[in-house]
Amino acid sequence: MPVTDVTQDLDNLTLTITADFLAPVERIWQVYADPRQLEKVWGPPSYPATVVDHNLTPGGRVTYFMTGPEGDKHAGYWHITAVDEPNSLSFDDGFADLDFNPTPGLPVSRNVYTFTAHDGGTRATYVSTYESAEALQQVLDMGVVEGATSAINQIDGLVGS
Amino acid sequence: MSEEAEERADALFHALADRTRRDIMRRVLGGEHSVSVLAAKYDMSFAAVQKHVAVLERAGLLTKRRSGREQLASGDVQAVRSVASMLTELEQVWRGRIARIDELIKPNSEQED
Repeated sequence: MPVTDVTQDLDNLTLTITADFLAPVERIWQVYADPRQLEKVWGPPSYPATVVDHNLTPGGRVTYFMTGPEGDKHAGYWHITAVDEPNSLSFDDGFADLDFNPTPGLPVSRNVYTFTAHDGGTRATYVSTYESAEALQQVLDMGVVEGATSAINQIDGLVGS
Repeated sequence: MSEEAEERADALFHALADRTRRDIMRRVLGGEHSVSVLAAKYDMSFAAVQKHVAVLERAGLLTKRRSGREQLASGDVQAVRSVASMLTELEQVWRGRIARIDELIKPNSEQED
């Protein structure tokens, strides 16, 4: 599996995940720069994502919705805060209504993705920070748990095959 | 979640939202401490530390017992683990995404080579 390290910082409510991919930095950047590729990786199989707006520039927005098994739609947005193509990307990730207006009162996570050349491939570092433990709980309550469960099943599938 | 579980979650997060209380938790998870020994570690009054311990106790994060004139506090490992488990759930979301990126960038999924 490409994941090489996971760090939980309980005081700062930060999750840091490091993964090594067997592809150059430019290839990994493409996954985020191309909305059709991004939607393939963002949502779990049971909640596929559709990317609508995609403006990877500081101040720009990426909007998406995920469609659940009952046809239920869950929208979110990224507010891009910094871009250093193809090395790093920073954005706030929040929940939105189906017109992509940010939902007031719901938590926003701060995210920094960094891609560096490593051993002929790419080392990707994903850092997500939540405002409070309540925010973390809300994010999980909002349904990423179902995503988590199917992601676990998918990993089990990969490992078992 | 039931009303009772919601209230318990509120108490849990409120309890852990304070740096001193998190520090107290680190100590009492390592073993039983008397409240007076804990109080000596912080630059605040015994009453203030006792109040922090009471908040942690109400949240179910630690338990207290009396031994003579001393109050002894110890941490509940299970209760704390539930906060860590939330980050672990998010980790699983990430592992799913990373597995999908890995699948997507495989040369044979894009073109024959």
